[in-house]
Amino acid sequence: MKKLSGIIVFLLIVLDVYLLGKILIGGKNVQILNPQGFVALQERNLIYLAVALMLIGAIPVFIMAIFVGRKYHANNTNAAYSPDWDHHHGLQIFFWGFLITIMSALSVIVWVAAHQLDPHVALEPDKKPFVVQVFALRYKWLFVYPQQGIASVNYVEFPEKTPLTFEITASDTPMTSFWIPQLGGQIYAMSGMATQTHLIADTVGQYRGASSEINGDGYADMVFTAHSVTKSDFAAWAKRVKHSPNKLTYDSFKKLSQPSIPAQVTFYSSTPDNLFTTIVMQYMAHPSTGAQAKSETMSGMNGMSK
Amino acid sequence: MNWKEFILGKLTWNDLPHEWFTLGGTGAFVVLAIGLAIFLTYFKRWKWLWNEWLTSTDPKKIGVMYIAVAFFMFLRGGLDALMIWSQQVLGASNMPGFLGAQHGYLSADHFQQIFTAHGDIMVFFVTMGFLFGLINLVVPLQIGARDLAFPFLNSLGFWLYFAGVLLINMFFVLGGQFGATGWLAVAPLSELQFHPGVGVDYWIWSLQVSGLGTLIGGINFVVTILKMRAPGMTLMRMPMFTWTSLMSMMLVITIFPILAMTIALLTMDRYFGTHFFTLNNGGNQMMYWNLIWMWGHPEVYVLIIPSFGIYSEIVSTFSKKKIFGYPSLVAAAAGITLLSFAVWLHHFFTMGAGADVNSFFGIMTMFIAIPTGLQIINWLFTLFRGRIQFVSPIYWFFGMVSTFTFGGMAGILMAVPPIDFQVHNSLFLVAHFHTTIVGGALFGIFAGFTYWFPKFTGFRLHETLGKYAFWTWLVGFFISFVPLYILGFMGATRRLDHYAASTGWQPLFLTALVGICILALAVGIQILQLIVSIVKRKELRDTTGGDPWDGHTLEWATTSPPPFYNYAVIPEVHGRDAWWEMKKQGTAHKPVKYHDLELPKNTPMGIYIAGFIFLFGVAMTFHATLFSLIGLFGAVTCAFIRAFDDHSEYILPAAEVEKIENRLRKK
Repeated sequence: MKKLSGIIVFLLIVLDVYLLGKILIGGKNVQILNPQGFVALQERNLIYLAVALMLIGAIPVFIMAIFVGRKYHANNTNAAYSPDWDHHHGLQIFFWGFLITIMSALSVIVWVAAHQLDPHVALEPDKKPFVVQVFALRYKWLFVYPQQGIASVNYVEFPEKTPLTFEITASDTPMTSFWIPQLGGQIYAMSGMATQTHLIADTVGQYRGASSEINGDGYADMVFTAHSVTKSDFAAWAKRVKHSPNKLTYDSFKKLSQPSIPAQVTFYSSTPDNLFTTIVMQYMAHPSTGAQAKSETMSGMNGMSK
Repeated sequence: MNWKEFILGKLTWNDLPHEWFTLGGTGAFVVLAIGLAIFLTYFKRWKWLWNEWLTSTDPKKIGVMYIAVAFFMFLRGGLDALMIWSQQVLGASNMPGFLGAQHGYLSADHFQQIFTAHGDIMVFFVTMGFLFGLINLVVPLQIGARDLAFPFLNSLGFWLYFAGVLLINMFFVLGGQFGATGWLAVAPLSELQFHPGVGVDYWIWSLQVSGLGTLIGGINFVVTILKMRAPGMTLMRMPMFTWTSLMSMMLVITIFPILAMTIALLTMDRYFGTHFFTLNNGGNQMMYWNLIWMWGHPEVYVLIIPSFGIYSEIVSTFSKKKIFGYPSLVAAAAGITLLSFAVWLHHFFTMGAGADVNSFFGIMTMFIAIPTGLQIINWLFTLFRGRIQFVSPIYWFFGMVSTFTFGGMAGILMAVPPIDFQVHNSLFLVAHFHTTIVGGALFGIFAGFTYWFPKFTGFRLHETLGKYAFWTWLVGFFISFVPLYILGFMGATRRLDHYAASTGWQPLFLTALVGICILALAVGIQILQLIVSIVKRKELRDTTGGDPWDGHTLEWATTSPPPFYNYAVIPEVHGRDAWWEMKKQGTAHKPVKYHDLELPKNTPMGIYIAGFIFLFGVAMTFHATLFSLIGLFGAVTCAFIRAFDDHSEYILPAAEVEKIENRLRKK
């Protein structure tokens, strides 16, 4: 009876592991394990490597736990019993040494990987990157393409196989984070601060983009589509957007940055100069009271855009 | 300022309960209060409650009160969990909303308030409460002390904790909203610009007040452990639970001032228009994140380190062996304590610090795995060549090995900055910290509760039901949290009240909800276990005179339950497993000569001070100046009165002690 239940439990565990593996590695919804860009691929491989290294430490622990639990059961009076055995120099040195070795190996990996996959580092320094400026607003994402002079809301399109530079800031919102899981890791978008990340898409495709940091009521609506297309498709798209009737000005930016949910995908055929720098610097403008500083900055901006 | 504002502040009729959840919450409190009042009146227990319990300075009674309050908050936090997950199941975009919500049945704002409250309650008022309860119960007995160094401060600390509990629930009755900011109220989201309502203010005062109580408790226990050990108990002879409690409380007194200061700065921003963490006028939002995590990361170690001590006690007792590698275990606890200060930045690798900074904090975080792993290995080697009795505390231990290890591995993954960029703030993270806190800290607390229960009641918990509860917990645990790891890899972020159905997340959310329902069943079995044990207490009675498990440490030397003075004669300690050695050498239960004992008197001052501070907290939340002043003045006055009270102790004559001892020993 006991043996049978043991076999059943074992089979159930095998089934679970199989199902888990199937979901994780086979499921195409599992974005982080199905990367579509160089950065995300490196990050995924790093996950596998780290898990493998940790299993070197964890598997003996599990085996030991099962062994000890079965063998030294109080009913088993044949097993050795040494109630006063409480210290062994060699073993202690071995435990510490073993764990320190594994963790040191991982530390080296951390150091190398953190530098290699530092979001500040450009992917192919000799190639001219495709630049997108990202503005986190409440509760939407504005993407400005300075090289094309166009902009889009909650939708970003870029050419495949081209190194991408995302310059990221936010306006009048608590911290959010900019994340396209299938292309690579996230980075915070902060009002008054500029961050950046470098990504690349290896193929054409539509990827889910999101924020992982709560910034208010509409946080769950901070999602966007990242669309990777061929170079010629991108050129055609940019041309079409150029004919869009909407123009992004400091006025329409101000309107857009008012809290709203859910935001429509919108395209703008023109953008004001220096928008990114102005928005990053807006909180430095006037050391007077908050409300005044805001309106003055905004009117100042309007002047600049004319 | 007009008179009405001076007296009532922002309070209006609209702040009274009128939504379904505020009415429900208030109603539940009223029913609970009336039920309690009827019970106490019917059994004529009012005086007993006041004299024997509420005003007590006995750490054993305060410990029981901590555990009772923490348990009620556990149910409250669990209800929050059920609401969070049912919303996430119903929040898929292909399902219609109801009860006036656009998605599911909760509005985004309400949903965010619930997970904020869930986090705060589970950390501050459940885990911390259980922890302080167990430490209060066990540590004085383990070190052979009659009382704490500062018995009154212990009572005050508990009542401040209770005031915090009331403050975090007070929004049901007045105001109708809690902070919708996440459990740490990160700035600038918690600033007036984004949260002008009273919700964040409730958060501020609830945590500030209970944090003060925690700090007081921490100081008390550090002094008690360092100064009040029985003769012969050197530091390296202290039981492991005492060691880990000492480490945890050292952490408390180091980090809780940081929390108090951070909240104070946020308070100044919100109340006096300063700009520490605002967006404009030079405020620095990133500073808040650094400060709150400088407190926040060590805080999770405050929660878990005592549980490590509990596991140490349990594996040793139930394998009938000395603990293996004691010096290593002490070094490990100290190592975790120290390292926990150097890792806070791993909570925001994604803020854009350079690779050097990120690597440093990542590597420091990984190093924590060294002492933690070492503990698990040493526990297994304690069991090695032992005679393991498979009672429920050992079940919880093995449960911890099978859950916490995965949680730890997930933690190491997230310590690698580039991996963290992919899983940060996703449900992978949520799964990770639930695995460590539930599988590590809470399982330890359950184990400790079962282990020490007979010491304080004189009877054991029902064993079979305990094992049912364990298995239900374990199964429910995996069904709830494994889907979250997968969801994290699917790119699902935490705190979403709705999501596109095309993401394919809904089945996994549903699985997790099923898991939580199983966990609710497990808690139900635990309640049943408690009730059955009390009903069958005659059958389950501990007939061994206070040592039902053949324990190693001093707490098993007293009777069960111990007399209010713990030890008639302070035991003398000659080795590490003091009580075990005494039993082996036949020096236990020697006839003794009794002396007069000096003991602390009961005092209601803790209740009065905490009551005034509670009033202060509620009044400040509504900017009601008059009542704030009354609260503050009342608290300070009571503290003064108490400070000049020279008659806080009394003498228990030797003859009386002898009488009590004879009665207890005969039983």
